[in-house]
Amino acid sequence: MDREQVRRWETQCIQEQAPACTAACPVHVDARKLVECAAHGDFKGGLAVLANAVPLPLILAHICDHPCQAQCRRSDAGDAIEINLLERACAEYGSPAPAARPQALKNQKVAVVGGGLSGVAAAVGLATRGYAVTLFEAQPRLLGRMYSMGEDTLPARVIDADLAILKRVGVEVRCDALISRHAGPFGLDALAQDFDALYLAPGPDALGEDALGLARSSEGRIQINSFTMATSQAKVFAGGAQRYAPAPYSPIASLADGNYAAVSIDRFLQGASLSANRDNQGASISRLYVVTKGMTDSPVVNPASSVDGYTREEAQQEAARCIPCQCLECVKVCSYLEEYGSYPKRYVRQIYNNECIVMGVRKANRMINSCTLCGLCTAVCPENLSMADIILSARQGMVQSGKMPPSAHDFAIRDMEFSQSDAFTLARHQPGFDASKTAFLPGCQLSASSPDHVARAYEHLCKTQPGGVGLILECCGAPARWAGNDDKFQAATHSLEAAWSSLGEPRLITACSSCFKTLKEHLPHIPVEPLWPHLSPALLSKEMPDPASLSFAIHDPCSTRGVSEVEGSARTLLGQIGVNVVELNPAGQTTCCGYGGLQLFANPALADKTVARRAAQNDADFVTYCAMCRDRFAHQGKRAIHILDLIFPNGGAGTETTDPAERPDPGFSRRQENRARLKTRLLRDVWAEQEIAMKPSVELLISDDMLKLLEKRMILVEDIRRTIEQAEKTGDKIENPTTGRSLATLRSVCVTYWVEYSAEGSAFAVHNAYSHRMEVR
Amino acid sequence: MSSQAGPPSSPPLICGKCKVPLEPGKVTASYLGSEFPIELWKCPGCGKVLVPESLATGKMLQVEQALEDK
Repeated sequence: MDREQVRRWETQCIQEQAPACTAACPVHVDARKLVECAAHGDFKGGLAVLANAVPLPLILAHICDHPCQAQCRRSDAGDAIEINLLERACAEYGSPAPAARPQALKNQKVAVVGGGLSGVAAAVGLATRGYAVTLFEAQPRLLGRMYSMGEDTLPARVIDADLAILKRVGVEVRCDALISRHAGPFGLDALAQDFDALYLAPGPDALGEDALGLARSSEGRIQINSFTMATSQAKVFAGGAQRYAPAPYSPIASLADGNYAAVSIDRFLQGASLSANRDNQGASISRLYVVTKGMTDSPVVNPASSVDGYTREEAQQEAARCIPCQCLECVKVCSYLEEYGSYPKRYVRQIYNNECIVMGVRKANRMINSCTLCGLCTAVCPENLSMADIILSARQGMVQSGKMPPSAHDFAIRDMEFSQSDAFTLARHQPGFDASKTAFLPGCQLSASSPDHVARAYEHLCKTQPGGVGLILECCGAPARWAGNDDKFQAATHSLEAAWSSLGEPRLITACSSCFKTLKEHLPHIPVEPLWPHLSPALLSKEMPDPASLSFAIHDPCSTRGVSEVEGSARTLLGQIGVNVVELNPAGQTTCCGYGGLQLFANPALADKTVARRAAQNDADFVTYCAMCRDRFAHQGKRAIHILDLIFPNGGAGTETTDPAERPDPGFSRRQENRARLKTRLLRDVWAEQEIAMKPSVELLISDDMLKLLEKRMILVEDIRRTIEQAEKTGDKIENPTTGRSLATLRSVCVTYWVEYSAEGSAFAVHNAYSHRMEVR
Repeated sequence: MSSQAGPPSSPPLICGKCKVPLEPGKVTASYLGSEFPIELWKCPGCGKVLVPESLATGKMLQVEQALEDK
């Protein structure tokens, strides 16, 4: 994976963006976390959150001008959260704030001039970083403005409690120390000589003209870099009201300047860049996407006493109104993204780290192979991030480097190879034609699920399409694409292209959404259309029940998500039939059935969750136009029909039931058998070729329970047959004289099969089967 | 048939080719370049080895998956 691409993907996921409240705060107080603490009654934790960003947390909790609240997304549905009152509750009920832990002492000295919020914040910040800080204040005490606010607004005990930090971190405080703003022995110039750096926070007034020779504004105030607080003199920094005047006083802005200056002075004294990696400093607009639509309006909790603020209970009630702001749009709709407990930004990092492991365990392999590649995450992502692209890239890398776990997709690829073998493939002109204007590509899964529908759809097309309708039985290679195996995928598309060429390059009509997508994306020169517009309702069978009595929820296959040519034509057809159709989701937001991306093979339990979640969305029977989706729902016990069940009733394979929604999932073995039988049947019925005998060499007796076990263990009946056949031919088996049963074994490519069986007349009863990949000698 | 590698006292399993009872013996299980010695029932004649179901679907599967993630 390209490192830059990985970074771009990480940036695209906005889940870790600060919420609007934090982004709006000049010092980025994690208000969401503070409110969460308050909601749980953890006021101490809440105060710790505040103290983490603010050196004077108790004071700010009382007087902050809280720009956060104006941005609160709760106000889209009710009132904004009273963040400042909650801060105050944390200060009241969570005090004392956790003690700052100063770093090891450094031998550099910093002078801070001005004992207001900005100066005190800078002094604390620098002393905490280990510098020897002297704080000069002209008045008899620090924070004079704070003390004058009145007990109701800011009690003196609160200020005293916060100022205690100065002593703890070792700031030397010199009050009544009027530093001359002019040159001279008591002026700034002398200070600049005695200290390694200066922070000037002298309040709003203009300075004397010759102090330190600092560049001034036209109003006579110091020119200050708004980002680094630097002045025209390298060792002198300045901020606070000096910078903002004559704008109204903002406690949080003043304090923020002190914080920024502490960072800058630290960097200056260490010889580091003042500006590097500070992009996130200061207030900003959050990119975090939060859906508030549909939320119930929630009014603010007003404190019973406006002077005392919230009681504990009131604070908890108010805090509980927090949304809290998160994106997670993709995680909310996807069982896969939910399964691994995180979100794309972190998954991207895990995937990249997984790829970078040279020696050790690649813990993310299973996660990478469990995605359905369905694209729903992209459809709902405000930034259009595609996990499918990320996962596919990871899988391709794993295959190329030989690090793809062999068992992950082996079974699915072998199933695909069966569909590419002579047992299934076919490319023929319509009988009586030596050219094909059109060719029908039913797809390997419809052929596997309901071969009768393929035969009848082909017959219908032959009757209705002019110029000859050829038939192509092929696999488009989608499973190889999903497995990240580009070589096999390209071989499959070449094979499909060759079949198309052999019929004279006709336009294709397909019944498979995956084939449609593959052709559109990878063989764009081949014209392809969905089958659905070509099934004229005038030809509908008279066997159909009254369509108006039927009602379905429509499930779109994910392969053609948002492709109106396919999704629209299926709906048009259902409309023409006259059945009632309920939509399951907004347009373009269908979900996967659990087969996509080969999730079913890499993580069967998760695939079951995926399909169960979809099935639970609506009690109505589902109608879909993907054979695999239909069978996945059937596997889950969800009543579902294929759209062709309405057009060609009683067409499902191997079923006694006439209710198409009751038709069971054929299972892996039957799927292959159905494909093979379809080819034989079409050759016999359409092209009048002699039927190839498909009588199995060994007759097997397999119970339904055993079939289920085989399905779960991904062992084909054909594998069982070959194993027993070889054992009976060679005598290579293990016999149990007590039970009279035999245990046969067969190594097939990379899997060893074991079958426990007994002879029952001329047939063999299968009692157990299992497999392993290890070789034992 | 017992799918387990039963204790020595269990009734003997017979090799279908050699018609002799299987005996416990040392064999090697290998996967993706790693090899592990293991004791399993095997034919003293032709060396045919029995991998019981519990081993194939249990420990052996775990080891396979661990090796695949290496």
